[in-house]
Amino acid sequence: MKNYHYPKIPAAEITPKHLFQARRKFMQTAGGAALAALLPQPLWAAGGFGEIKKSEFSTSEALTPLQSVTGYNNFYEFGTGKDDPAARAGNLKTRPWSVRIEGEVKKPITLDIDQILKIAPLEERIYRLRCVEAWSMVVPWLGFPLAELIKCAEPTGKAKYVEFVSLHDPQQMPGQKSAVLDWPYREGLRLDEAMHPLTLLTVGLYGEVLPPQNGAPLRIVVPWKYGFKSAKSIVAIRFLEQQPTTSWMQAGPSEYGFYANVNPEVDHPRWSQAKERRIGEFLKRKTLMFNGYAEQVAPLYAGMDLARYF
Amino acid sequence: MANVSLDGKALARIKIAAFCLALLPLGKLGFNACLDNLGANPIEKITHVTGFWTLTLLMVTLAATPLRRLSGWSWPIRLRRMLGLFAFGYGSLHLLAYLVLDQFFDWEAIVQDIAKRPYITVGFPAFLLMVPLAVTSTDKMLRRLGGKNWLRLHSLVYPCAIGGVVHYWWLVKKDLSNPLAFASVLAILLGVRVAYRLGGPLFRRPKPARST
Ligand code: HEM
Repeated sequence: MKNYHYPKIPAAEITPKHLFQARRKFMQTAGGAALAALLPQPLWAAGGFGEIKKSEFSTSEALTPLQSVTGYNNFYEFGTGKDDPAARAGNLKTRPWSVRIEGEVKKPITLDIDQILKIAPLEERIYRLRCVEAWSMVVPWLGFPLAELIKCAEPTGKAKYVEFVSLHDPQQMPGQKSAVLDWPYREGLRLDEAMHPLTLLTVGLYGEVLPPQNGAPLRIVVPWKYGFKSAKSIVAIRFLEQQPTTSWMQAGPSEYGFYANVNPEVDHPRWSQAKERRIGEFLKRKTLMFNGYAEQVAPLYAGMDLARYF
Repeated sequence: MANVSLDGKALARIKIAAFCLALLPLGKLGFNACLDNLGANPIEKITHVTGFWTLTLLMVTLAATPLRRLSGWSWPIRLRRMLGLFAFGYGSLHLLAYLVLDQFFDWEAIVQDIAKRPYITVGFPAFLLMVPLAVTSTDKMLRRLGGKNWLRLHSLVYPCAIGGVVHYWWLVKKDLSNPLAFASVLAILLGVRVAYRLGGPLFRRPKPARST
């Protein structure tokens, strides 16, 4: 499985114009301006996140335009249409925001988003995103490895799984007025998956604060799994001994497994996973094992029957 | 055809209006396509819009008979053929969108889809059922087949519509509200027919003599 290399990307190739434009566009919106006023110094320094480390985990593939990344979303909390989140998430109040760290940890604690931001320096990670619906994007995320937060949380020896709970507030999230899923949205990872350096605790994209429709203010990004595994607008991170049942597993146990690793050989009952349409492209491309991250993550699943643990 | 009575004129007007209305979704789609205004995933948009209107127009077509029976108006029946052909037209575009835009003639993937994806396994025959109906939609074909045979053939529209609804039901990931709406409408349209058969006179209104 040699489909992934660590590309060393010259800084000049990533930062300049699109980031600048994205930033400007963000600031132009009233919400952006209001948010800017609320943001604390370190976060907003230099008109964005300030110094941002580039990551060797980034792909050099062409980025999906910001407009698509922020306008074509699956975020059922705001409705099941792809354009619902962009249209309806504008009022999500992302500050103050706190996250409960609970379950099998030495000391349960509630962290404010600003405290979380100080845990580790932010880096930009350009990841492929593969949706279970057979489309994909390339997104420049901002965040730091979830492992950094997990180390701070000090899970006990019993902790084997991590559960992520998203905000449940039908007032702000109108999609929750319908019972399409069992709210709050719950996702989960095995502890070693959560600790993997690719698993990103994410607070921004395209050099800016995460827009509400992309899971503001705090989400995870797990690039080798289908998009729904990457929980958005997280309010609790729970360490568990037993594998949790996620919202999607509950909704369709035969269609959505706990692992949900991108796998071109294991079809979803409704559609083939062999190919995907990269947003903005005409012809479909072949889907890569573990979304092209096999080199990094395949060892996590050594000896497992991936058709059974789908 | 050459009816110059007022009713004939009114019918012509209704027909033109229905023609334009049925063409509107396609016009809008084409317009937005030209403006590159179909969102991040234009192919998905085209597939969805054409599929949606195939099914919607099928439902409208199926509403003609009950509407005539319940209201006594005759114009719904006069629109039926045109609307049915529009349903077929949108269905053909839907299939073309899938074959050309979505799969780009990847026959292997297409055959796999038909065999393995339940929603396509029912969608494909549902479309095929529309073909003989479209082919025999002309007056000439009606005469050639004879009314009775023609009617029997055209009752294929029922499995076609049911197939379309099942197709929709099976393709959505979780939010069943739209397929449910279509299923309810179809249940009413078919239910009315059953009730009409069973209850006969109860549902029958005296036909006005003025029918065009
Ligand atoms: C010829 C075979 C057909 C094929 C290959 C086909 C394929 C598809 C595909 C790929 C989608 C999109 C699925 C998705 O996004 O996950 C779709 C949606 C749809 N199709 Fe078909 N279809 C066929 C026939 C039909 C027929 C005959 C009808 C109606 C009677 C129909 C009605 C619909 C509807 C209503 C939708 C959903 C539209 C929406 O989401 O608003 N399809 N079809």
